[in-house]
Amino acid sequence: MFNHLLSLLIWLPVAGAVPVLLAGSDRPNLARWLSLLVAILTFAVSLFLIPQYNGDTGGMQLAESHVWIAALNVHYALAVDGISVALILLTTFVGILVIIGAWEVIQDKPHQYMAAMLVLEGLMIGVFCATDALLFYVFFEAMLIPMFILIGIWGGPRRVYATLKFFIYTFMGSIFMLIGLIYLYLKAGTFDLHTLATLPLTLQEQSWLFFAFLIAFAVKVPMVPVHTWLPDAHVEAPTGGSVVLAAVMLKIGGYGFLRFSLPIVPDASAHFAWLVILLSLIAVVYIGYVALVQEDMKKLVAYSSVAHMGFVTLGIFIAFMLVREQGNTDAARLGMQGAMVQMISHGFVSGAMFSCIGVLYDRMHTRLIKDYGGVINVMPWFGFFYVLFAMANCGLPGTSGFVGEFMVILASFSANPWIALFAAFTLIIGAAYTLWLVKRVLWGEVTNSHVAEMKDINGRETLVLGAFAALVLIIGVWPEPLTHLMDSSVTQLVQLLAIHKV
Amino acid sequence: MELSSSILLTIALAPLVGCLLAGFLGKQIGRVGAHSVTILGLLISCGLSFYVLYQITAGGAPVYNHNLYTWFEIGKYTASVGFLIDRLTAMMMVVVTFVSLLVHVYTIGYMADDDGYQRFFSYISLFTFSMLMLVMSNNFVQLFFGWEAVGLVSYLLIGFWYKRPTAIFANLKAFLVNRVGDFGFLLGIGAILYFLGTLDYATAFAAAPTLAGKTLAITQNVHWDAATVICILLFIGAMGKSAQVPLHVWLPDSMEGPTPISALIHAATMVTAGIFMVARMSPLYELSESALSFVLVIGATGALFTGLIGIVQNDIKRVVAYSTLSQLGYMTVALGVSAYAGAVFHLMTHAFFKALLFLGAGSVIIAMHHEQDMRYMGGLRKYMPITWITMWVGSLALCGVPFFSGFYSKDSIIDAVHESHRWGSGYAYFCVVVGAFVTATYTFRQMYMTFHGKERFKVVEHHGHHDAHGHDDHHDDHGHHEPGVLHHAPKESPWVVTLPLILLAIPSLLVGFFTVQPMLFGNWFGGAVHVSEANNVLGEIGKEFDGSLAMALHGFAQLPFILVLVAFLITTYIYLFNPSVADKIKTALKPIWVILDRKYWVDNIYFAVFARGGVALGRMFWKGGDAAVIDGVLIDGSASTIQRIASGVRRLQSGYLYHYAFAMILGLILLMGGYLLVRQ
Repeated sequence: MFNHLLSLLIWLPVAGAVPVLLAGSDRPNLARWLSLLVAILTFAVSLFLIPQYNGDTGGMQLAESHVWIAALNVHYALAVDGISVALILLTTFVGILVIIGAWEVIQDKPHQYMAAMLVLEGLMIGVFCATDALLFYVFFEAMLIPMFILIGIWGGPRRVYATLKFFIYTFMGSIFMLIGLIYLYLKAGTFDLHTLATLPLTLQEQSWLFFAFLIAFAVKVPMVPVHTWLPDAHVEAPTGGSVVLAAVMLKIGGYGFLRFSLPIVPDASAHFAWLVILLSLIAVVYIGYVALVQEDMKKLVAYSSVAHMGFVTLGIFIAFMLVREQGNTDAARLGMQGAMVQMISHGFVSGAMFSCIGVLYDRMHTRLIKDYGGVINVMPWFGFFYVLFAMANCGLPGTSGFVGEFMVILASFSANPWIALFAAFTLIIGAAYTLWLVKRVLWGEVTNSHVAEMKDINGRETLVLGAFAALVLIIGVWPEPLTHLMDSSVTQLVQLLAIHKV
Repeated sequence: MELSSSILLTIALAPLVGCLLAGFLGKQIGRVGAHSVTILGLLISCGLSFYVLYQITAGGAPVYNHNLYTWFEIGKYTASVGFLIDRLTAMMMVVVTFVSLLVHVYTIGYMADDDGYQRFFSYISLFTFSMLMLVMSNNFVQLFFGWEAVGLVSYLLIGFWYKRPTAIFANLKAFLVNRVGDFGFLLGIGAILYFLGTLDYATAFAAAPTLAGKTLAITQNVHWDAATVICILLFIGAMGKSAQVPLHVWLPDSMEGPTPISALIHAATMVTAGIFMVARMSPLYELSESALSFVLVIGATGALFTGLIGIVQNDIKRVVAYSTLSQLGYMTVALGVSAYAGAVFHLMTHAFFKALLFLGAGSVIIAMHHEQDMRYMGGLRKYMPITWITMWVGSLALCGVPFFSGFYSKDSIIDAVHESHRWGSGYAYFCVVVGAFVTATYTFRQMYMTFHGKERFKVVEHHGHHDAHGHDDHHDDHGHHEPGVLHHAPKESPWVVTLPLILLAIPSLLVGFFTVQPMLFGNWFGGAVHVSEANNVLGEIGKEFDGSLAMALHGFAQLPFILVLVAFLITTYIYLFNPSVADKIKTALKPIWVILDRKYWVDNIYFAVFARGGVALGRMFWKGGDAAVIDGVLIDGSASTIQRIASGVRRLQSGYLYHYAFAMILGLILLMGGYLLVRQ
């Protein structure tokens, strides 16, 4: 089993989707239980990664490789390092919660919804395992299909506009990546990422490739100014779709930078680091203000996601400044680790925030902030979780939201105090938009009769929110196991940054 | 004998356990269960804190500095959770747990009829845990954890009555203003990591001398002194938490919270976290004259100008709140002249007498059925003698009347400022001396308006009203009934309220007399507080010190006491004998009164600029940037461009055969022409 652990992880949920589909719409409960079983099994299998992965060496491990398309020298090649392991665990964990979260919420064709979720989960795991660029690309694109279906079928009234925008945006982005990959293939004769990392490239070639990758991954993260698909997609997506989108899919953008931009085009990445840093800071400050004035809760959290993901790109590219300009590898590792922790943490925090909004939406069928007020009076337990996740969203120490931002800000200060100044602005603006939301939704007198009729969270919802809460707190109080898991991989990445190809 | 880790952990965690039990099992264990477990937790915590203080001072225990576990370890950077227990910490632990314990007991009486009884106990225990983590920390990460955690609890408690619009406005404001401070604080930690390469106190302080001569490039040509940058950034954090001008605006509004937390959080402990932090960081602050001057001027401004606002307040709690702002200014002034021990000493005495004043005010508020306006009080002394006497003790301590504890701490600060030659000390001396007069004025005014003179309320017995006890009016009813009309005569509060008053009155009276010598002049803090020889103003004053008794007797002839005396005579005349004078003065000095009543318009300006301005900026970014430029021009614009091109291209596909034939012929001619051209 351990020889094919990664394959098992990818294909277990995909294959598991088949019986779920076969359960049909006549037996919705069978479909639900089956899909839950598959999700739990996948999570259980993913836990084997922890003992199987050797954290001391840090290299790519648990490798599998088979020739896939011999004519093009494409391999079905999988392997993981500490960063992938952390992201896979995030994916399988969230995978269970979205199944439970959708339990009785999705009444229309639940078997298809659950099946799409499972397929999506498998493909996302594939993205995190692939070490062949074309295989990565296939997973990267294939992932769009189930998400397209999830939003397009179970989405809100403007779902067609949102799905098209989502699809075209991300597809347009990845086309450039494909062109870049073809260029690399013509040069190197392989799609193997490890070989591509050692391929000598001139600065001009690197620059073209850098922008090809940047466009693809910037759309995914998303970075300003290609972020506007995200609020629309979130608003129209069903709760589970939003949770997966925010918790896992956005991370694939950040992950792409690590696997493609950093090793393959390090010099261009260093050369244009200022651009990414600038865009990241704009994400923190500008998007923070945009989030402040949103009237739709989901849009607010979507914009807040863009701002938080700014710390991921900031942390990754600040490392270039630190290594190349100062030779300060320790601070670079701190920044890079901060970016990674932020990815994982944002997975839990944004997943939890969207789940909370889902809880409200299921009761009121509106996401507009003005329709709420005084919810705490009727839903005290919900209020507890909502405040907890809001605080995590503001980066309160003791929650996971603090850890990554803290590391990135500290590392930024070592690179340039001005960068840290703008990054730290999140402390103010992040608290402003999050707590203003809490004030208008939670506090105050019950504003209308619909709010008065709301019931507090049930056992199923408590389970989902409680699971998110546990992880948010555990990582916040003791992040060391997580950073330790990724430490050697991050160290290796930082060493790569210092290697000049030209 | 070294302190044991398990004792220290118990001190910190006992309140947390109480918090969790009262919070999550509140329904199951009931009201009595909730206050029992939290008070038990505090009793354990407080008892052990006294034991630790004893061990550290008399038991010969060495300074405890150990990490409990590693928070993260990345390269050479390590962040841990651990405790540093020296005399400064031990004193803070005793103050925090002692005041917190009394506030817990007091709450049994004050919140007796509140629906959120268990929740309240859970919050104040959580606060105690957070505050202990803050003071016991041995590193910057945990300090920041405690720093923000007390902010969270403050947010929850100010908004405790979450139905009140004013309360939920105040708690958001408090959190955001504090976040402005934390913004600076976090950057300060970033600067420490950059320059000193560590997040651990002891390592950072040991490396502090290496800061000399280091600079931070602000622009290519502007370089700032490293120590100054670090200290000012950290102090910005203190300005938020300790409500220093211009980040003071949240503290008066925080009075929306229930009175017990005003005493515990917004007077005795949390707001003094900034003072504690600067004292803890004294090895860094001693390196920067400029930063200390900055601290000095900010503190002095707060000490005088926020005190002035207190004179025009009519809400009994707000008077105490502005007094707290002013006293925090005094402590900051002491820090600014390197009299760290003086600041911490005043922090301690202030914790006792200000908690006493707040709890006393709360006792009055209970008696007045949640009326807080002093214009409807007066003559209460005969109804509630214990509250009356204990509040006088607190007031005299606050005014700095000799022998009371506040005298020793406050006069020492004034002397220290007088002794200092630091830039800004002249201005500061003016502020703190005039401030003494201001303090006495608002304090006596408050006492007279509340307890003395004629009764300005009516008692109308409501016989149909069946509630027998005096606390029946729900908090939310506050303001709904006619002001100045009570349904029952005011009466002394129950013992759970008066006992804490008495227990706080004792240290308010005595603690200064007994501790001034060691704490200020006897190097009691040892290595916990560092003052360089050139800055040692307390050492200079100490040369003339010959005992608490002599100091008090000498104090009667000093300028501050004379000013207090003058204030006493003026307020006595006005409020006891000729109340109409107050209105005459108000009319005569109308412009000044307006300035003070409007609190220098600071709140209005902030609201207009930051709140409204922020929302306007957000709208502009959203509608102008995201919607118009990105979606409008880039996305939908390129979509429509493609549509235009497509509709142009579509015309080529007309479906007419002769069009295609013509195109083919044209193409052939071009191709062949081209071929011929190339061949030649």
